[in-house]
Amino acid sequence: MSMAAEERSVRVPWALTAPALMLFVGVLLIPLAMTVMLSFHDWGQYKGIEPVFILKNWKEIATDPYYAEMFWRTFRIAILTTLLTALLGAPEAYILNRMSGRWKSFFLLVILGPLLISVVARTLGWALLFGGNNGLVNKLLMTLGAIRSPIPFMFTETGMVVALAHVMMPFMVLSVWAALQRLDPQIENAAMSLGARPLTIIRRIIMPQIMPGVLSGAIIVFSLSASAFATPAIIGGRRLKVAATLAYDEFLNTLNWPLGAAVATLLLVALVLIVVGSNASIERRYAEVFR
Amino acid sequence: MAYLELDRVSKQFGTTTVVDDFSLAVGKGEFISFLGPSGCGKTTTLQMIAGFLDPTGGMIRLEGKDLTAVHPAKRGLGIVFQSYALFPHMTAAENVAFGLEMRNVSRNERAERVRAALAMVGLAGYEDRHPRRMSGGQQQRVALARALVIKPSVLLLDEPLSNLDAKLREEMQIELRQIQRTIGTTTILVTHDQNEAMSLSDRIVVMSQGKIEQIGTPQETYEKPASTFVSQFLGKTNDFAGTIDRTAAPVRIVAGSWSALAPAGLNGAVTVSIRPERIGFGDAGLNARIVTRIFQGNHWLFQCDSECGPAIVIRQNDGTAQPAEGEAVRLTWRPEDMSVRARAGA
Ligand SMILES: Nc1ncnc2c1ncn2[C@@H]1O[C@H](COP(=O)(O)OP(=O)(O)O)[C@@H](O)[C@H]1O
Ligand SMILES: [Mg+2]
Repeated sequence: MSMAAEERSVRVPWALTAPALMLFVGVLLIPLAMTVMLSFHDWGQYKGIEPVFILKNWKEIATDPYYAEMFWRTFRIAILTTLLTALLGAPEAYILNRMSGRWKSFFLLVILGPLLISVVARTLGWALLFGGNNGLVNKLLMTLGAIRSPIPFMFTETGMVVALAHVMMPFMVLSVWAALQRLDPQIENAAMSLGARPLTIIRRIIMPQIMPGVLSGAIIVFSLSASAFATPAIIGGRRLKVAATLAYDEFLNTLNWPLGAAVATLLLVALVLIVVGSNASIERRYAEVFR
Repeated sequence: MAYLELDRVSKQFGTTTVVDDFSLAVGKGEFISFLGPSGCGKTTTLQMIAGFLDPTGGMIRLEGKDLTAVHPAKRGLGIVFQSYALFPHMTAAENVAFGLEMRNVSRNERAERVRAALAMVGLAGYEDRHPRRMSGGQQQRVALARALVIKPSVLLLDEPLSNLDAKLREEMQIELRQIQRTIGTTTILVTHDQNEAMSLSDRIVVMSQGKIEQIGTPQETYEKPASTFVSQFLGKTNDFAGTIDRTAAPVRIVAGSWSALAPAGLNGAVTVSIRPERIGFGDAGLNARIVTRIFQGNHWLFQCDSECGPAIVIRQNDGTAQPAEGEAVRLTWRPEDMSVRARAGA
């Protein structure tokens, strides 16, 4: 190969990926770097943002227990949401997988439903069911005498977890579904012929094989829930803040951009560490079996 | 008394009948093959014995007791699936041990039996391998060990060798036959490979479109096929249109210029079926011309154009001179080598 051709063969891939690369750098990397930089700047009520390099914001986050509580709440909500979707989504996917043709596509649509409905409409729907004294379910339960005072939903962590689990469910179901597709269609018959009863088959044969699907679904749900904005914003408002809504408030209400940037950066770093870490440990755990 | 008995078993999916009036008596220790083209209902029949499908009609009995009333998990049959259906998250030893665990066999006895089963299929030392880390042949052996370790009353094999390459398949056939002879488990093998069925089984059940065409030993089904389907499916065969000539005395069977004394009990139009290796070249017989002559080492293969249509002739290479391409020959055979059936639609 001549020198020119060699040079060309190196340049072509770069040239072809350049537009996408430029977009990636322009709208993701540069703003991200600027956000990180911003978190080291100073801010005052009257002087606004001062482009200096100080650790004031980071110190504040590290020392003020308000932030620790808020981050802890964020991750607690994300963990509970993940558990709830796994607990409901894995059996849901299993049942769905066993259904026959037409019912399968119908229920798949039902499960994908939350993704097709606007987050505002969906969350307000939950509020209509449980919101205070006028919530439909609350009213019904109180009329029946099952509960004395309405189940609180708005401005509660429970409300956030329920509403988040609703919208995150498709990710879990589809992830488990993908794992179920990889099962040998005769595997349950094989276990049955060896004397296993249905519950044993699920516990000993099915569960271990769909575990990687559950775990990868959990990673998706966890990271999306921890960084979710719209659902916590509507249900928690400014009373019950999570990392995303706090960062938003610092940016747009308090106008303390540097502090907001520090919160956003910390959330990002924590999420990346958690996701990369758990992904690596899952891959290690299942490498022997599924590679 | 038959050990395993299928009595007029049938299976319908919706309105289509997939297995029709299937009756078979299997003796204890027998090796039976279900042989037929893909889609003829072999797997469906096997799955009804296993209990994964319920028969639409008929009875299945094991040692005289109704098997259909027993839950599949309680039938105690050993099954090897075409895909092997090994548990990928368990090691070879754990796979084999699973059935024993379900039977609450003690840990020590379990370990001993698993070791023995894996050794029997030639996998000693592979206890801790996961199936994904094993070759197709090794996975096949694990599946066999897993089915045999529970000492099944009947071993059911659904095309167990079809995923292996030709050489490995032959090795496994020999091994399978030896294992079955040694432990004497009653075995039913499903296959679409006539060589496999013939080399392994005591008896072959030839199936076509959900119906039994013939039940017989490999020799019987090969030498005396009960139908055109059987003769075509089990190796190459020549079918010549013939007639029974009642005007001659004694009555003769005629195909072209070949004729012989007619077998009893037939009339009118018949099909004369004769294997290629049983046809010889003679001075009298069916007029034919050699179209192609192919040398295959230990034998010659002739494709001929005869009075009664195309014919295949196989001659042992015994060193004698063979007719050349284009040569006119007379095809002849001994009456006892042919099978004669009434010709349908004539
Ligand atoms: N669950 C089912 N529903 C409808 N038709 C089926 C079902 N299972 C098998 N069949 C049909 O029954 C026929 C026989 O299938 P099978 O027993 O698997 O054949 P084989 O094992 O001989 O290849 C096929 O035509 C197949 O399409
Ligand atoms: Mg089949």
